Amino acid sequence: MSQRVLIADDEPNIVVSLEFMMKRAGYEVLVARDGLQALDMIRRERPRLVLLDGMMPGLSGFEVCEAVRADDALADTKIVMLTAKGRDTDVARGVGAGADAYVVKPFSTRDLVDMVRDMLA
Amino acid sequence: MTTRNRDGGGPPPERLVALFALALAVLNFPLLLLWDRPVTVLGLPLLGVALFGVWAALIGLLIWVSERPAAHRRKPRRPLR
Amino acid sequence: MTVLSPSLVLGVSAGYLLVLFAVATFAERRAAQGRSVIGNAWVYALSWAVYCSAWTYFGSVGRAAVGGIWFLPIYLGPLLAMLLAWLVLRKMVRIAQTYRVTSIADFIATRYGKSPALAAVVTLITVIGIVPYIALQVKGVSAGYEVLIGQAEVQRTGVAWWQDGTLAVTLALAAFTIVFGTRHLDLSERHEGMVAAVAFESLVKLGAFLAAGVFVTWGLFDGPADIWARARDVPDLQSLLRLKGATGAGDFGHAQWFALTILSMFSVLLLPRQFQMMVVECVDERHVLRAAWIFSLYLLAINIFVLPIALGGLIHFGPGGANPETFVLSLPLSQNATALALLAYIGGMSAATGMLIVETVAVSTMVCNDLVMPALLRMRVMGAGAGDVTRLLLVIRRVAILAVLLLGYVYFRVAGDVYALVSIGLISFAAVAQFAPALFGGMYWHGGTAAGAMGGLLGGFAVWAYTLLLPSMAKSGWLPGGILDQGPFGIALLAPERLFGITGLDNLTHGLFWSMLVNVTLYVGLSLARAPSGREASQALLFVDVFDRADAAEPQWIFWRGRARLPDLVDLATRLLGRARADKVFRDYAQAVGARDISGITADARLVDHVERQIAGAVGGASARIMVASVVQEEPLGITDVIEILDEASQIRGYARALEEKSRSLEAVMDELRAANDALKSLDQMKDDFMSSVTHELRTPLTSIRALSELMLDVPDMDPDERAEFLRIVVSESQRLSRLVNQVLDMAKMESGHAEWCSTEIDLRELLTDAVHVTAELFRERGAEVVMDLGDDVPRVFADRDRLMQVVLNLLSNAAKFMPDQGGRVTVTLRQEAQALVVGVRDNGPGISADQHGAIFDRFQQAGDPADRPPGTGLGLPISRRIVEHFGGRIWVESAPGEGALFAFSLPLGRQGEGEHEPESPDRG
Repeated sequence: MSQRVLIADDEPNIVVSLEFMMKRAGYEVLVARDGLQALDMIRRERPRLVLLDGMMPGLSGFEVCEAVRADDALADTKIVMLTAKGRDTDVARGVGAGADAYVVKPFSTRDLVDMVRDMLA
Repeated sequence: MTTRNRDGGGPPPERLVALFALALAVLNFPLLLLWDRPVTVLGLPLLGVALFGVWAALIGLLIWVSERPAAHRRKPRRPLR
Repeated sequence: MTVLSPSLVLGVSAGYLLVLFAVATFAERRAAQGRSVIGNAWVYALSWAVYCSAWTYFGSVGRAAVGGIWFLPIYLGPLLAMLLAWLVLRKMVRIAQTYRVTSIADFIATRYGKSPALAAVVTLITVIGIVPYIALQVKGVSAGYEVLIGQAEVQRTGVAWWQDGTLAVTLALAAFTIVFGTRHLDLSERHEGMVAAVAFESLVKLGAFLAAGVFVTWGLFDGPADIWARARDVPDLQSLLRLKGATGAGDFGHAQWFALTILSMFSVLLLPRQFQMMVVECVDERHVLRAAWIFSLYLLAINIFVLPIALGGLIHFGPGGANPETFVLSLPLSQNATALALLAYIGGMSAATGMLIVETVAVSTMVCNDLVMPALLRMRVMGAGAGDVTRLLLVIRRVAILAVLLLGYVYFRVAGDVYALVSIGLISFAAVAQFAPALFGGMYWHGGTAAGAMGGLLGGFAVWAYTLLLPSMAKSGWLPGGILDQGPFGIALLAPERLFGITGLDNLTHGLFWSMLVNVTLYVGLSLARAPSGREASQALLFVDVFDRADAAEPQWIFWRGRARLPDLVDLATRLLGRARADKVFRDYAQAVGARDISGITADARLVDHVERQIAGAVGGASARIMVASVVQEEPLGITDVIEILDEASQIRGYARALEEKSRSLEAVMDELRAANDALKSLDQMKDDFMSSVTHELRTPLTSIRALSELMLDVPDMDPDERAEFLRIVVSESQRLSRLVNQVLDMAKMESGHAEWCSTEIDLRELLTDAVHVTAELFRERGAEVVMDLGDDVPRVFADRDRLMQVVLNLLSNAAKFMPDQGGRVTVTLRQEAQALVVGVRDNGPGISADQHGAIFDRFQQAGDPADRPPGTGLGLPISRRIVEHFGGRIWVESAPGEGALFAFSLPLGRQGEGEHEPESPDRG
């Protein structure tokens, strides 16, 4: 059975590329367009891993991450934070929020796929 | 100088100067002619009675200005809470 | 008419004088015990009543008998002065007590740079003006005595001088004055005994006059109404209580009335005895307030019975039946009321003696300090090396007292019968009135100088002598009478009582007018002619601004520069004040400045000033100045020194205030700095945020481009449609990227002011039409309708066409982005308002809630639901705002969710407006 991955990003073209990538790597893909939708789908669909954009309208990726980590029932959800902001403070914030990995945009597709594969192995 | 002058605890200078001006006016021509009539008051000639009356009234005003308690001359007292 | 035996009258007089001695002794003893009897407003006010001399006591009735109510202005003037006493007299007292002024001559001389010459001139004027007045008092006593003993018609020539009761009284008064008037050397110390005795005399004369008045009004007649009813039967008396003169036809002499009022207003402050009692003997300046009205009431009371007595006497004796000036004695005598007559006589005597004592003390002080002392100083009798001169000073003063009184007596013997009492009194008043300009001018005007004061005094005095003194001598038969009628040497224009042919004024008003005119003119004119010297300027400040100081006992500024040695000053003070007093002065000073003993005192300017003021209390300001100057090395005081000293003083006083203000302003500066720092921090934060936003906006399209490109590389067997879609996205994101880069550059240029603007006249209708053409394809693709409503004819505006086009295109593309997929509709409008053209672009998209209306014009803010928000850089509207604002317009949005949005901007008309009003170009015609 293929593992479920949630892609949460507000940029449609980035979603297109991530979706293609994950499907090709053999995962079942869910898409969320903002933070609230993402949190809602994490709770409902229980994806194994979330590719979470840091800057989303409504609820930001960092807030989604914190909410997931605060919920014991979702403890085994892996979170990869994607962000276009490369400042150290943003990295620290992402790690502080409890993300398992932190990827700065633009990213290497191959590296990202490898990382996701490792995390879900 | 004038501001210090006020600090003597005495009446405001303006009042005394106004009183002085009043006195100068009522004790001189032509206001004096008001009383220069062949009329008697209680059997006394009007002019003499009037002059002494005005004189006494001016002193009365001076006493009033000078002797009012200091508290009344100052700014109104603050209302009690 | 009853007569009294001379021995009885002399015995009672002697007894009265003994009572005076007793009162004065009592007061001195109480003062020595520290329980002064004069330290209250009532005694102070009663001492002022020394104003009412024998001239009042006898003369008022005499004057009323001739002129009716014309005796009154002499007492209404003092009322006017009393109304201002708290302002003027209190300032005189404050000045006199601060600088230890001892007489009116001292006051004026000290004010004008401590000028000995001025002091001497004021003294001479006083002596010449006052000695006849003193003679008048002697005459009052003498005349009363003669009425009592029935000798009014007896020639005094038959009596040897040692049998003359008047001389005996004069000598007794001299003794009294010497005992109680020269008790201390320091004249600025109060004469407790004298003040108490004079206050007592004021009570006696008031009581006696009121008793005589009551006797005449209700004893001799049946009340005042009765007197008046009977007076109406006598034709000459009726007119006495009218203003228009004895005949009832003449004009009321209002000029004279006014002159008399003003004259007596000055005199009540300037007569030497008044100055002595009101200023020198003042215990506490706060007493002035109450004493002013008590004294006014006193004057009212002592005048109430003047008219009844005068009318009563005239009715009783018939016109010409008796001398009206002695009615107060002769009326009781005519009814055999001898006790009352004696009391009335004692009252008159108390009026005369009170005046004599105080006037003599005042005048002798001036003579001693301002005439004799400077002469002795010049002769070096008192210079350094002389021993203790306090004894000498006292002797001089005592001799001066005796001399002044005897001079008055001799004057009386020589000229006693030729002057009417009232007229000589008024002439004396006019003499002291000459002090008014210099004295009051000096108290309120910084600019008065010694030259002005001297000129005014001498000029005024000369005119006074010519117009008032000379005629009175001529009328006495001492000068040929023709000078009055024809003028000197027959020059009518110079006739003393009709100067330059001015007639219609009585001689007193005439003399007063001319003397005061000359006096004031010279005082002001000469003062203005030359700037005051340093010492004049410094004294002017000390006098005029006497209330401007923190410590009532010390002057605010000390105008002295030089070097002094303590032993010299101690030596000088000891010689002039006596060892005991000098010791006390220095001990007190040492305590005040915190020195451990006298030898620890620093001989600085403050000490010199202090010592000089102490000596001034003994010998007067002018003499003290000369003496101090003789024992110290001082620098001449220039006007620049005065300014420097003022600066220093105000600096020191300013320091505390400045410190306080400094700390307050420092706090304010701190607050400002803190605010500026916060602003800078937030600017920094904004810049940081901007960079972060730009980075984010750049990385987002880059992310798509890189990811899709890598995927296409990695997956060669990709579905061609999918590959085409990916390529389309890559191209679109690349365009987005370059657009963003352009706009960031644009924005940066505009913000830094480096943008280039190329403005011309533009027809906005044309521009809008072009813009719609350019974007027509965009709208057509989306099936949207574009409506233009551009009006007919609008003025041109002056702007950069490309930039404006950029704004319009941005608005149109925004509208295209946000319009619904079906039934999109955009309306472009142009209308002219009062001072602007307004362009509007309305869409029927989702609308924008009001809380976002401001934010969408900020950088990197996009409105609308993010989920289906079309791509944009977030810089379009901020750049549009920059452009519109550059042309003086503004841009705004009107919208509500669900109702579409109207983006509008305005451009002001008339900016760079020469284009609109330009004359038609030649090639068009």
